[in-house]
Amino acid sequence: MDSNHQNNYKLNKTEKKFLRKQIKARHTLLRHEGIETVSYATQVLVVANGGLGNGVSRNQLLPVLEKCGPVDALLMPPNKPYSFVRYKTTEESERAYITLNGKEIVDDLGQKIILYLNFVEKAQWKELGLQALPPGLMVVEEIISSEDEKMLLESVNWTEDTENQNFQKSLKHRRVKHFGYEFHYENNNVDKNKPLPGGLPDICDSILEKWLKEGFIKHKPDQLTVNQYEPGHGIPAHIDTHSAFEDEIVSLSLGSEIVMDFKHPDGVTVPVMLPRRSLLVMTGESRYLWTHGITPRKFDTVQASKSHKSGIITSDVGDLTLSKRGIRTSFTFRKVRQTPCNCSYPLVCDSQMKETPSSFPESDKEASQLEREYVHQVYEEIAGHFSSTRHTPWPRVVEFLKALPSGSLVADIGCGNGKYLGVNKELYMIGCDRSQNLVDICRERQFEAFVCDALAVPIHSGSCDACISIAVIHHFATAARRVAAIQELVRLLRPGGKALIYVWAMEQEYNNKKSKYLRENRVSQGKKEEINSDTSVQELLVEQMPVVGNQDSACSVPSTNDFQKGGCDSRKVTDSKLPVHTNRTSFHSQDLLVPWHLKGNPGKIQLVEPFGPVGSHDPSPVFHRYYHVFCAGELEAACQTLSNVSVLQSYYDQGNWSVNNNSAKLEKLQMCINRMSKLWSVHTICY
Amino acid sequence: MKLFTYNLLSLRVGVGPHGFPLHLQATKVHINPEDFNPDSVAHMIPKVEWVAFLEVTNTLHLIKLPKGPIHGHERDEKFLRKMHILQETDVLEGILQRPRLSFNWSKLISVIQMHCAFSTS
Repeated sequence: MDSNHQNNYKLNKTEKKFLRKQIKARHTLLRHEGIETVSYATQVLVVANGGLGNGVSRNQLLPVLEKCGPVDALLMPPNKPYSFVRYKTTEESERAYITLNGKEIVDDLGQKIILYLNFVEKAQWKELGLQALPPGLMVVEEIISSEDEKMLLESVNWTEDTENQNFQKSLKHRRVKHFGYEFHYENNNVDKNKPLPGGLPDICDSILEKWLKEGFIKHKPDQLTVNQYEPGHGIPAHIDTHSAFEDEIVSLSLGSEIVMDFKHPDGVTVPVMLPRRSLLVMTGESRYLWTHGITPRKFDTVQASKSHKSGIITSDVGDLTLSKRGIRTSFTFRKVRQTPCNCSYPLVCDSQMKETPSSFPESDKEASQLEREYVHQVYEEIAGHFSSTRHTPWPRVVEFLKALPSGSLVADIGCGNGKYLGVNKELYMIGCDRSQNLVDICRERQFEAFVCDALAVPIHSGSCDACISIAVIHHFATAARRVAAIQELVRLLRPGGKALIYVWAMEQEYNNKKSKYLRENRVSQGKKEEINSDTSVQELLVEQMPVVGNQDSACSVPSTNDFQKGGCDSRKVTDSKLPVHTNRTSFHSQDLLVPWHLKGNPGKIQLVEPFGPVGSHDPSPVFHRYYHVFCAGELEAACQTLSNVSVLQSYYDQGNWSVNNNSAKLEKLQMCINRMSKLWSVHTICY
Repeated sequence: MKLFTYNLLSLRVGVGPHGFPLHLQATKVHINPEDFNPDSVAHMIPKVEWVAFLEVTNTLHLIKLPKGPIHGHERDEKFLRKMHILQETDVLEGILQRPRLSFNWSKLISVIQMHCAFSTS
């Protein structure tokens, strides 16, 4: 507002408020958009809050503006919370400036929006550059008839449950169903050796044949993913895993149109309209290099003129408006790849990914880095949930502690939530753990506990009568560090002191008997919840986004960062070449990442930037913990490298769960052995 | 944490045995009554770093202790009862010192422990 106005009369409270807001709007425009406003009247005004990005559509704003005079042009840049209006004369623009500043209008969702206007020399926005469809992309309109559309939509039975629950998931932002092969969201791949019974629905067959004949597709797909998006749903920007699928990926849009955003790693974004009943064909660069995603929102920015249907949006900011989303169901057909990918985009190709140093760590530095990221940070994150699943002490550990003489000083290195610290009240027990959150839990329980690294325990040498290390050493990433951790335990012991060490065993079958850990899987097939929390990773992740699942509904078009972030994070897991373990299956590697599904909202957790943001709105983020599972004899061998140690006893323990006949307790025990049921255990004695 | 735990602490910073004993200047303590178990206290006594323990009990004016553990303490119930404060005293605030290093121990012991862990790795 110019100084004139201020001098003429005293501003009342409301006017002051508007003035303040208007100035704020001016600053925001300058700071974030580089739009300079001027204090004298021009023909062009920038209308802050009156933009497509604010949910204001062209047909809402235009009548409001036209009340002040004929509008020469209304430019509405996509996804921006402002627009530019040009009047024929300065008088009209001044009138608009005076009458519309602070005007309240109601957007398409019924929300009140207050407009703030400022003069500008000229309308400006960042040119999006020459817009063209990503190379290799094609949208075929009206590929099927309305009758076929109806038939296809009706063929998807979203209600059938129990039997098919493996292949049908309710993801955070959409519903999904798989045919032919199940897509595993855990590793963003399919199990090529495990096709689903039934293959693709018969109804698709004739349609696919037709597309093949007409040349829209070159290969017959063998995998189908059906996604259903309600308004406000979306899918994070992603590239379909190269090694999982062949070049050609096609997606049929049913029920409603939608705008899909394609993004080049350089940052160029191309929003593409996918009309109802159209087929999107992605090949070459658009399939391998560009990410695609759907922003979760209720309106899309679309071309206002009716002639324009499919293809790129934003070619003309004078012709954009909003379109309310409906329920869209997509049929995405892909062909499972049987050989490694050899595309020309190695940077984003998991088949051609170079091994990074962090894979199987060789140096001490790499190892501690890996542990920091895949052990320390994860426990910090999952502490609350982890603790809630760890309440029953393992019987053989209890046995060890109960056998110690009264008054013995015992250190529990890696004490977790302190479940052993109070087992034997006759002992003086000190616990320590690398996780502050877990130590806090111990302290709340009035246990003696502090934070430390198991390689540097701040307890005086030779002071402990006994030490326990339960399920800790397997988190160290090199043989040398594992030995060092044992050495540190031994250092704490007095001569003649004893240590009990448990690690997770590679062999989950012993004497031809499957461990409880494996058996649990078979039993759990039909069950829900508890077991799901460990078994079906797929269910809980957003498609193709490895560990990052952050796509909150408030965000608009994803920024360039999203690609890079998603890219990096996905590489963190795939790159590292550390296999991700499928819970409740046998181990295929000694070094691996084991998923943890965070449940609930443990209040005390503090975020330490894990694998992508974890908001309270995200129901079940997945974390990966690094493990080195031990082969028979390995732990003993590690102990024997230490000069002053002898192994008293080593045994294979599976939690001894059946000893307890109390059924209520049994249930608890099952949770406890969830993760560590078969373990190698070693007693050592120091002399 | 209890007085006894503090008495056992040893900083694992750098090289050499300088991290032990640490000198504790407790500024806020809380006495938590606990069951007295003579065997258990007797078992602790040989582990106590006496000088440091004496120092802290003196500054806190908790009890009067001899210059060293008395001979035949296992059967001296009066003495054992005194020593029971090792278990009963909860140190809430204080400063831990070792030559050329001192830490403010206002809230959690963990801060310093983390510091130690990082310095050694």
